[in-house]
Amino acid sequence: MKYYSYFPGCCMHDDSPMYDSSARAVAKVLDMELIELDDWNCCGSTPYTVVDELSAFCCCARNLALAEKRGFDLVAACSDCYLILNRTDQHFKEYPEIKTKISEALAAGGLEYNGTVRVRHILDVFANDISMEDVKAKVKVDLGGLKVAPYYGCQVVRPTPNFDDPEYPQSLERIIDSLGAQSINYPMKTRCCGGSLILSEEEIALGLMYKLLDNAVANGAECIATVCPFCQLNLDAYQSLLNRKFKTNFHLPVLFFTQLMAVAFGVDSKAVGLKMNIVSAEKVIAGHITK
Amino acid sequence: MEIKLHGSNDFIQEISSMPGGEKINLCIQCGTCSASCPNANKMDYTPREIIAMARAGMREEVLSSNSMWLCLSCYMCTVRCPRGIVPTYIMHALEHLAMRHNLSTPRTHTPVLYRLFSDTVYKVGLIPRFGCMSRFYLNVNPFGAVKAIPVGLGLLRHGRLQFKAKTLKPQAKRQLQTILDKAKAFGGAS
Repeated sequence: MKYYSYFPGCCMHDDSPMYDSSARAVAKVLDMELIELDDWNCCGSTPYTVVDELSAFCCCARNLALAEKRGFDLVAACSDCYLILNRTDQHFKEYPEIKTKISEALAAGGLEYNGTVRVRHILDVFANDISMEDVKAKVKVDLGGLKVAPYYGCQVVRPTPNFDDPEYPQSLERIIDSLGAQSINYPMKTRCCGGSLILSEEEIALGLMYKLLDNAVANGAECIATVCPFCQLNLDAYQSLLNRKFKTNFHLPVLFFTQLMAVAFGVDSKAVGLKMNIVSAEKVIAGHITK
Repeated sequence: MEIKLHGSNDFIQEISSMPGGEKINLCIQCGTCSASCPNANKMDYTPREIIAMARAGMREEVLSSNSMWLCLSCYMCTVRCPRGIVPTYIMHALEHLAMRHNLSTPRTHTPVLYRLFSDTVYKVGLIPRFGCMSRFYLNVNPFGAVKAIPVGLGLLRHGRLQFKAKTLKPQAKRQLQTILDKAKAFGGAS
């Protein structure tokens, strides 16, 4: 059994509970335990770093300090949490002045951080802490060559390429292919979904999403597998709005990669949470499954 | 574009004193950042131009432009920059300065969104999507709220809209706020 501190992030208890439940279920199948960090707070995300960078770092530093007490790697499932936690740790180490300020702020709250926590993304854990042979061995439901577009988005591989190439990563492909599905190749797999600009610059974000969906479909995708709650929500929940705007007829299910793993591992359907995907994935998957 | 030959250096000092902004003077104007940016064509000035203008001391033109507000923080420019500059952090620094000096262009609502988001993190410790989304739309764009209704209903039908936000335990929230109060008292990272 491998143990990890788990940082769910705000989306997991809010709009993406199926990422949380499927990730936990998959971890269990793979003999890993994700132990949720007690009393974690929001990472601050990119907006807080813009408004007040030091405060945003301190948000993350509190989480890092809590994780350090426990001693395991800190695993985030949201790409933005992953980036900001990592960035805090890097800045803490690179800028003595920031280190001093963070340490003093933490001390006011009775905490300390020494820079020993390794922040990781759950994709890294599932792709690299276990062999793909072991993943294959756990497959109970054959996905029958379901064509999946691996969608990384931005912040899981950039700016710091910790575990895969920043522009042409392969981690998701390895997992998808090991599950008995077929990963498709398409040029847009690490381009941006628009992120939070979907709220403040909707036209622009929808344009970016249109290019992504169009590119995935043109290359034969029957569904998308992604690693970030922002990407999932944008491409899934806004797909009908996008269809109206561009007069298109996309009906492309957007799954969390952990949902796909959970389906293949034969996990209880409640934990897979396919009912929560707005563009239904059930029919597409059922069409391929041969038990 | 008017180039000021005798622009002040204060602006470049301001940017390079912020974490991640130090390397701005290494720019060789190759344009790789602009070529990599998904939104460069919608910006008043492309990332390459923004750096050139900042170095020419064109403070007000830069800070009142829409360029940095269209930065997606996708970091494609950053991993490709041959000089190791982090244009994404420069964009963040410009957003920060534009907000701090009330120069942000009224053509974007992103500053309102960012401010709302940060205030929520401080007050609640977590981000409730429903609360944040509805407050944002009501604040700046009630028309956008009407368009967002089908999106909200879709989320609601699939059990993905939580009206009652999860909160931190009182003790944890107090601890976070004590830490953030101290951070605020420092008045910035640099």
